[in-house]
Amino acid sequence: MEDNTKNLENSNNSERIGNAEEECFETIIGLETHVELSTRTKMFCGCRLSFGEKPNSNTCPVCLGHPGSLPVVNKKAVEYAMKIALALNCRINKHTIFHRKNYFYPDMTKNYQISQFNLPIGIGGYVDVNMGDYTRRVGITRVHMEEDAGKLVHSGTTGRISEADYSIGDFNRAGTPLIEIVTEPEIKSPLEAKQYMITLRNILLYLDVSDCSMEEGSLRCDANISVKLKDSEKLGTRAEIKNLNSFKFIQKALEFEVSRHISVINSGKKVIQQTRHYDDKTQSTKALRSKEEAHDYRYFPDPDLVPIDIDESWIEKIRDSIPELPNQKEKRYRDKFGLSDYDSSLLSGDFGISDYFEKALKAYDANPKGICNWLMGDFSAFLNKDQISINDSKIRPEHLAGLVKLIDDGKISSKIAKSVFEEMYFKGSDPDEIIKEKGLEQISDEGELESIVEEAIKNNPDAVSQYRAGKVKAIGFIVGQVMQKTKGKANPALVNEIIIKKLS
Amino acid sequence: MGKIINREDVIHISNLAEMDYGSDEIDEMTLQLDKIIEHVAKISEVDTGNVSPTSHVLDISNVLREDEPRQSVEPEEALKNAPESSADGFKIPKID
Repeated sequence: MEDNTKNLENSNNSERIGNAEEECFETIIGLETHVELSTRTKMFCGCRLSFGEKPNSNTCPVCLGHPGSLPVVNKKAVEYAMKIALALNCRINKHTIFHRKNYFYPDMTKNYQISQFNLPIGIGGYVDVNMGDYTRRVGITRVHMEEDAGKLVHSGTTGRISEADYSIGDFNRAGTPLIEIVTEPEIKSPLEAKQYMITLRNILLYLDVSDCSMEEGSLRCDANISVKLKDSEKLGTRAEIKNLNSFKFIQKALEFEVSRHISVINSGKKVIQQTRHYDDKTQSTKALRSKEEAHDYRYFPDPDLVPIDIDESWIEKIRDSIPELPNQKEKRYRDKFGLSDYDSSLLSGDFGISDYFEKALKAYDANPKGICNWLMGDFSAFLNKDQISINDSKIRPEHLAGLVKLIDDGKISSKIAKSVFEEMYFKGSDPDEIIKEKGLEQISDEGELESIVEEAIKNNPDAVSQYRAGKVKAIGFIVGQVMQKTKGKANPALVNEIIIKKLS
Repeated sequence: MGKIINREDVIHISNLAEMDYGSDEIDEMTLQLDKIIEHVAKISEVDTGNVSPTSHVLDISNVLREDEPRQSVEPEEALKNAPESSADGFKIPKID
């Protein structure tokens, strides 16, 4: 691949280049994401998918690559792949085949990986990434099916290959259905790359095709990045960063790469095309050793597998199984529930929260905005403080809905609601029971309130005369007295009404 | 030396295949492979402009299985044919 150095020389203006700020440069990023599907069995054999089980306990002659064993495609995995491709606005290749990707590495049992090459299941899609003040449409080049490799543990205390005498192979993961999603080089910044991954993960969670756990490696990505001078026609030389397994690492690794490329270009040197690895300890990337021929995979159609022909009715069946996706949800929240752009985008942008919201709405659908306010406000604050996700919270969606209903029905004040919420959060109890148990139900009985109001009027002659002199705000003081007396349980609107009536 | 492939091609391919050959063997194989390829190349004389590529010799498609688990082998069984193993798995020589 060509390098920018020539352009630098041609421009014959080394001083300008030397002082070039980041704005003079353009970053181009493409991402390859791998998703492990949550089927019950592997891609080409009936072994169960497992995580953390006894090594090699979920293997068979097929996934161990024994001679004479034959792979058979998992139909569910094909359907999940179609689901993903369609949700990413791809066209489905109606004739799709598997190829062998040949390379030697001991995490592969067969010395080839079954993958797809020129006829992947999905092509030519896109994802719209919400960047707050603009939307970046990222083209999806292809969606293809393949199989995951096994796991190697390297001996020695450091776990590094170079210092290990031997490695131990566990092939429980070998053959897990894997979908690779490749973008066009259309991502323009590390932040856009991170937002793309968040958006993609959310779509995959909605589709219910993978647990998308980045810690467990069910979702991971490789990034290709190149940097060029804005006015240069030629693309920069790219570096590939392998195996980024958190949103934070994606952004940090790419930010490091942008400045590395810029300083290499500024110093008049050549960016070398290479594969790099991100180390979070040093927050930098390092080149991986690689053999020159490493990328010559000699793909050829796998003679053990016959083609898959997909007709229109199969595509339609899968299309019908796709649930409402985040961008459609966002629109519905805004248009139907009248939620703000901000709330709609945050709610729909997190599968866990949106799922919770929908469940709460099932229990009580009269006040979506009220439920949304709790989710975006106090609830989020508590979850953030404890660093847990909404799924790990003790509050059940129907209980949150119940709390909002209690406020709407005038049974508790919003002030009391906050303490009820805390009780719910820490104990997971039903709000109805909490208010019954603690006697927190709002006092809306006019007779009962009247006597308390009368007493407050009698005890606060100053406020009364101020009010009568035209200082309307003085009424607030009397309301406050009543609230204090009733420990916040009086219905404030009703109290207000009674005071005005008594003083007029 | 070969008409279709040369020494460098053969060295490249043997490297990809992780095969180690001596210089004489490379020479010999270059000649032999060249003859084989020349023979097979006859097929390119056929006009295949209107023929779609064959990905499989059998005229069948959609051989799929349901996503139903089947019994895996016991780990001991899986490791039985390994040249070296431990309780944790296949023992793999130092990777370089």
